[in-house]
Amino acid sequence: MNASLRSGLLRLAPQIAALAVILALCAAIAPGFFDISFANGRLYGSLIDILNRGAPTALLAIGMTLVIATKGIDLSVGAVMAICGATAAALITSGYGLPATLALTLATGIVCGLWNGALVAFLGIQPIIATLILMVAGRGIAQLITEGVILTFNDQGLIFVGSGILFGVPMPVVLWILIALAVGLAVRFSALGMLIEAVGVNRRAAYLSGVGTAGLLLAVYALSGFCAAIAGTIAAADIRGADANNAGLWLELDAILAVVIGGNSLLGGRFSIVGSLVGAMIIQSINTGILLSGYPPEFNLVIKAVIIVAILVLQSPTSRAFLAFAWRKRSSASQEAAGQQPAPGRQAS
Amino acid sequence: MIGSRYLPLLTTLAIFILAYALCIAQFPNMLSTRVLGNLLTDNAFLGIAAVGMTFVILSGGIDLSIGSVIAFCGVFLAVGMGEWGIPPVLAIVLLLVIVTAFGATMGAMIHYLAMPAFIVTLAGMFFARGMAFLLSTASVPINAPLYDTLQSLYFRMPGGGRLTFIGMVMLAVFIGGMILAHRTRFGRNVYAIGGNVQSAELMGVPVAATTIGIYALSSFLAGISGIVFSIYTSAGYSLAAVGVELDAIAAVVIGGTILTGGSGFVAGTFLGILVMGLIQTYIVFDGTLSSWWTKIVIGLLLFSFIVLQRGLVWFTERRANAAAAAHA
Repeated sequence: MNASLRSGLLRLAPQIAALAVILALCAAIAPGFFDISFANGRLYGSLIDILNRGAPTALLAIGMTLVIATKGIDLSVGAVMAICGATAAALITSGYGLPATLALTLATGIVCGLWNGALVAFLGIQPIIATLILMVAGRGIAQLITEGVILTFNDQGLIFVGSGILFGVPMPVVLWILIALAVGLAVRFSALGMLIEAVGVNRRAAYLSGVGTAGLLLAVYALSGFCAAIAGTIAAADIRGADANNAGLWLELDAILAVVIGGNSLLGGRFSIVGSLVGAMIIQSINTGILLSGYPPEFNLVIKAVIIVAILVLQSPTSRAFLAFAWRKRSSASQEAAGQQPAPGRQAS
Repeated sequence: MIGSRYLPLLTTLAIFILAYALCIAQFPNMLSTRVLGNLLTDNAFLGIAAVGMTFVILSGGIDLSIGSVIAFCGVFLAVGMGEWGIPPVLAIVLLLVIVTAFGATMGAMIHYLAMPAFIVTLAGMFFARGMAFLLSTASVPINAPLYDTLQSLYFRMPGGGRLTFIGMVMLAVFIGGMILAHRTRFGRNVYAIGGNVQSAELMGVPVAATTIGIYALSSFLAGISGIVFSIYTSAGYSLAAVGVELDAIAAVVIGGTILTGGSGFVAGTFLGILVMGLIQTYIVFDGTLSSWWTKIVIGLLLFSFIVLQRGLVWFTERRANAAAAAHA
C-alpha cells in the first residue's frame, strides 16, 4: 500500500508541482494569500475559497474521470447541472420537503446519466455524439422546468447545500471531498477500477473476457449524472435560484480539462481521480490568480488554451515516443524498466 | 433500390417537405418567398459554418472552435475598422488570412501530435474566444459604408421575398462546397480519410496535407460566416455565436452525414439547415410556443437521426456478414 501510494504521488508529481507553482505565483501577487483564519464559525482565506469555488468542477471531474477512463466523454454534464438545479428549485418552491427535493434531484441526474449510458452501451453510439443530444436538448428541458424564468427560492435547507458551513468548512468542499473519497475507495478497493480500465483499453476484449461492459458503462454515466446533479444543486443553492441558461455553462469543458490536466488520457484506460481533482484545483487557482492579479478576467480563456496546448504536446504519442527515446538513451546503462511506457510525470520533470 | 448511402439524405428531404406542408396547412402564409428569403438570410451564417463542419465530420473529425471564431471575426472587424482605421476590404482579407492560419495550425496539431480533434479544437475554442475578449468585451458597432451597401443589396424574388446578399453568399458557399466535396481530389481525399485513415494512407492519400486543409477550410468558412454574421448584426460582440458549433454539428447530422465519417453530402447539410430554420420559423409563427422548444425539438431530431444511422450501419454490416457467410 505504502509503495503504491508513493508511486501514485510520483506519477502526480508534475500536477502537484504545477499547482504549487501557480499557488506560489498567486502568493507573490497577493501577499497573505496563504493566510487562513477562523472567524464566525468558519474558515476564511484564499485557499478555502479556491476549494469552495472549485467544487462544481471538482465534482464533475470525478464522474468525468471514470467516463473518460472507459474511452468515453460526457458533454452533457453542464446541461444536466442546469436540469437538476431547475428541478431542485421547482420542487422546493412547489412545497416538497428538503429530503424529497434532494432525492428527486439526484434521481433526475442519475436518469440523465442512464440515458447517456444506454445510448453508449446499447446503441453503440460514439460517446461525444450520444451526450451531445442531451447537451443540446438539456438546456431546453431546464427552461421547460423553470418556465423560462430564473426560479428563486428561500428554503434555508437547500441554500445550506451551496453556502452552509459544516465543522467550519464550506458545505460544497465537504461534499466534493466526501464523494471523491467514496468513489475513489470504491474503485480502488474493489475490482471496479480495473474493470473500468479494461473497458477503456479494449471494450470488445473486456466483453469477451466476461466483463459486464454494458452494466459498467451505464453505472459510469449514471455516476457522472449523479455528480452533475450535486454540482447543479450547489450552483443553484449558491445563487438561491435556478438559471437554466447559465448554470453550468462551459463547465463540461472545464471538467474535461481538469481530467486531462490530471494526466488522464482521453483515449481511456488508466485513470487517477486524485489527478483530476488536482487538475480542477489548478483550474480554479488560475481563475482566482487572474482575479487577484488585477488582470482582466478576459485573459482566463487564452491562458487556459495555452495550458491545454502545452499538456497536449506533452501527452501526445509523438513527443512521448521522442521523450521515451531520450530517457532510454540516458538510462541505458542501468537498464531499468526501459520497456515500460514512461509515465507523463517523468517526462515533464 | 435506393442505396443506404442516400437513405439519410432522402429521409431529411422527406421530413423537410412533410414539415413544411404541415406548417402551411396550419399557417397558409408560410408558403411565400418572403418566408423562404428570411429563412435563408437568418440562417446564412450558420449554413456557411455548417459547410466547413460537413468536411470536418466527413473526415471523421470535429471542430468545436467555429462559434468562437465567428465571434472573433465580428470583434476583429469592428475594432479593426473602427479603432484601428483599417480599410474594410483590407480588414476582411487580413481576417481571412488569420483564421485560415489558425485552422491550419489546429489541423497540424491534430495530425502531427496524433491527438483527438475534439480536444485540440476545444483549445482552439478557448483561444479564439479569449482573443475576442482581449480585443473588446463590449458590443462594438460597425459603421462602414461598405456594410450599408452590402446590407441593402438584395434580389427581389417573385412574390416579394428578398434574397439578400448574405443569403446569396450562403448559397454560393454551398454550391462551392458541393463541387469541392464531389468533384475534386481534395474532396475524395476527405472521404477516404473519413472511411479509414490507414487505408487512405496506404493508398497514397496525403493525410497530413488533407487534414491541415480540412481544418483550414473549416476555419476559413467560419471566417466567412463571421463576416456574414457581422453584416447581419452590424456589430462585433465577443459573446456572440455561443454554441453555434453545436447547431452546425446538429445540422450536419440531421442532413444525414454519418458522424464516424466517410459518408454524407454537403447538400444534406443544406437540408439540415432548412429543417432547423423551419422549426424556428414555426415557433415564431405560432407565437405561443417558447423558444426553448427549438432546442428540445432539435435534440429529438438529432436523436432520431443518430438512431437511424446506427440502424443503417447495423443493417449493412449484417447484410455484409450474411453475404460473407454465404460465400464461405
